[in-house]
Amino acid sequence: MVALGQFLEVLIGGLMSGVLYSLVALGFVLIFKASGVFNYAQGAMVLLAGLAMVRTLDLLVANGFPPWAAIVLGIGFAAVIMAATAWLIERFVIGPLVNQDGLTLFMSTIGVTFVIEGAAEMIFGSDVYPLRLFPTDAWFVLDGLFPGGILINKLDVWGALIAGILVAGLAIFFQRTKTGRALRAVADDHLAAHSVGIPINWIWFVVWLVAGLVALVAATVWGTKLGVQFSITFLALKALPVLIIGGLTSIPGAIAGGLIVGAGEKIAEVYLGPSVGGGIEYWFAYVLALAVLLVRPQGLFGERIIERI
Amino acid sequence: MLYREAGQFKTTYAEDMAIFPIRQDRIALAILLGIAFIGVPLLATFHVWPFGSDYLLWAILLPFLILALAAIGTNILVGYCGQISLGSGAFMAIGAYSAYKLATGVHIPFAWLGFAISIPPLPVLASILLGGLMAAGVGILFGIPSLRIKGLYLAVATLAAQFFFDWAFLRIPWFTNYAPSGSVNAPALDFFGLVVRTPVERYLLCLLFVTVMTVLAKNLVRSNLGRQWMAIRDMDIAAELIGIRPLYAKLTAFAVSSFIVGVAGALWAFVYLGSWEPLAFSIDRSLQLLFMVIIGGLGSIMGSFVGAAFILIVPIMLNLVPTELGVPLSTQTITHLEFIIFGSLICYLLIKEPHGFARLISIGKEKLRLWPFPY
Repeated sequence: MVALGQFLEVLIGGLMSGVLYSLVALGFVLIFKASGVFNYAQGAMVLLAGLAMVRTLDLLVANGFPPWAAIVLGIGFAAVIMAATAWLIERFVIGPLVNQDGLTLFMSTIGVTFVIEGAAEMIFGSDVYPLRLFPTDAWFVLDGLFPGGILINKLDVWGALIAGILVAGLAIFFQRTKTGRALRAVADDHLAAHSVGIPINWIWFVVWLVAGLVALVAATVWGTKLGVQFSITFLALKALPVLIIGGLTSIPGAIAGGLIVGAGEKIAEVYLGPSVGGGIEYWFAYVLALAVLLVRPQGLFGERIIERI
Repeated sequence: MLYREAGQFKTTYAEDMAIFPIRQDRIALAILLGIAFIGVPLLATFHVWPFGSDYLLWAILLPFLILALAAIGTNILVGYCGQISLGSGAFMAIGAYSAYKLATGVHIPFAWLGFAISIPPLPVLASILLGGLMAAGVGILFGIPSLRIKGLYLAVATLAAQFFFDWAFLRIPWFTNYAPSGSVNAPALDFFGLVVRTPVERYLLCLLFVTVMTVLAKNLVRSNLGRQWMAIRDMDIAAELIGIRPLYAKLTAFAVSSFIVGVAGALWAFVYLGSWEPLAFSIDRSLQLLFMVIIGGLGSIMGSFVGAAFILIVPIMLNLVPTELGVPLSTQTITHLEFIIFGSLICYLLIKEPHGFARLISIGKEKLRLWPFPY
């Protein structure tokens, strides 16, 4: 029973942290679906959103605002910053680069990453800023069934809840609203969408804005987990295998991919790690992604890649 | 007026197929090589301006040469064969660590079989080249997925190589000869009794490597194999239909590219760094190489050099400008500004000339040919 209890604990911990990866991966998927841009800057956007929020929050609290007002204003300010970023990126980088091939667009988002990282740290500072929006204490469940119970971090539960709400919200937005439908039309075919009168530039701005807001949500959770700091940008690299496993074009895929990666790497770390020197979390997700790609080149949930000749 | 090919008649096929069919190009190249091989070492030996100190040689020319070589390797894969790779840094690391292991002697005990493989320490030149071969072998292995996946998916797949080898060289103590700090020191650079020590000697050594490998690479991409790569890049299905084997073409591209990148990695470790840690070959290095290739121009050997120079020198310049101007900024602010300006510059270049400096150069040549007339 102890072994099973431990396994369940590792599995649940892994699944929960997988949800957090999905939060970052979602932003990637949104932008890739709508504009075919593989957005390396998503991690930097999480950093920017987190810094904007936590610094405003600290400033307001220091000036005697009540915490709830500070949190609301902080999140509001960060949202404004993300909107401005989205507009700037669309106006000055993605707009002019329309119709270039995927590699050029990808490299341009790496350029954007540098700019965002530099600007965010210059304006908001480059230390580690702790953020406490959610409880982070441990929580023991199923005490009767297993000796000592199963340890679950409350933050992970919050993260899962938020991710669920976010996905539901995005689904409604995409399926039910006019802008959402326009977004899907643009994702399907730029030219056709353009010719029926959908304002493409506006749609791209909306996509980057939504990705920015997803980054903000990710920042609230990750910021609570790690503190808002530069290393948050490396989340982009963690989210890539998640995307590949789930498929670049699928929102449910991003969630499923996150769960697979999270659970897989925790289990591998605990059960395989000690025999090879530990730290295999570092590459396990990528090797998993490689294996998935060899079987299904479009990822588990991605649309089949059809090539026209 | 100077740049005209009028009057240069080619009377043999060999002349027609020459690397530089235009005489002016040959003269320009000869002058460039003369400066690089004779001028720079002479100036540096006698410490004439701008080689008053070793700074220019150490901090700019040496890394430029080695990274240009790595960029050529990356360009063969990304630019000529169209397989996007984010794992170049890992292949540099494989070259470096294999060369290190070979130069210090390999000992693999097979305890359960009761014997061990031991290779005595090899000469430096042999280790560097064998390090490149090692990288080529691993390159072929990680190239196999490219037969099934394409484009950005492949890019992420090559990241698997990057992260796996980052980890392996950090965590498996065998690679670093059980060095407690994880950082290793290069052996003495002894080439058949000639020991390379001073910056000038190091520079000449790298220059020699770069020149030889560039000539080889340039000829390779003009050959049958190079044309196969380009056919695969332009449209793999069409290439397959006219009888090009994708398996062979893609894997040779991976092998050749990884070999060059591996040799560059070994040079980077042995000649430039001297002692290094796995961090020297992280994902940042891979991205840097990809930038060099894209800014320089995909599918252009010349472009790799220009791209390497640009990506290497711009940050150094950005770092120097505020101190030269005497602007009172903290080092942190300067670093952040550097990031912002460098990122914007990259975006600007990609927007203005998505085909890189190589396109600008060829446009320039075209204009020069017609000068002073517009067309």
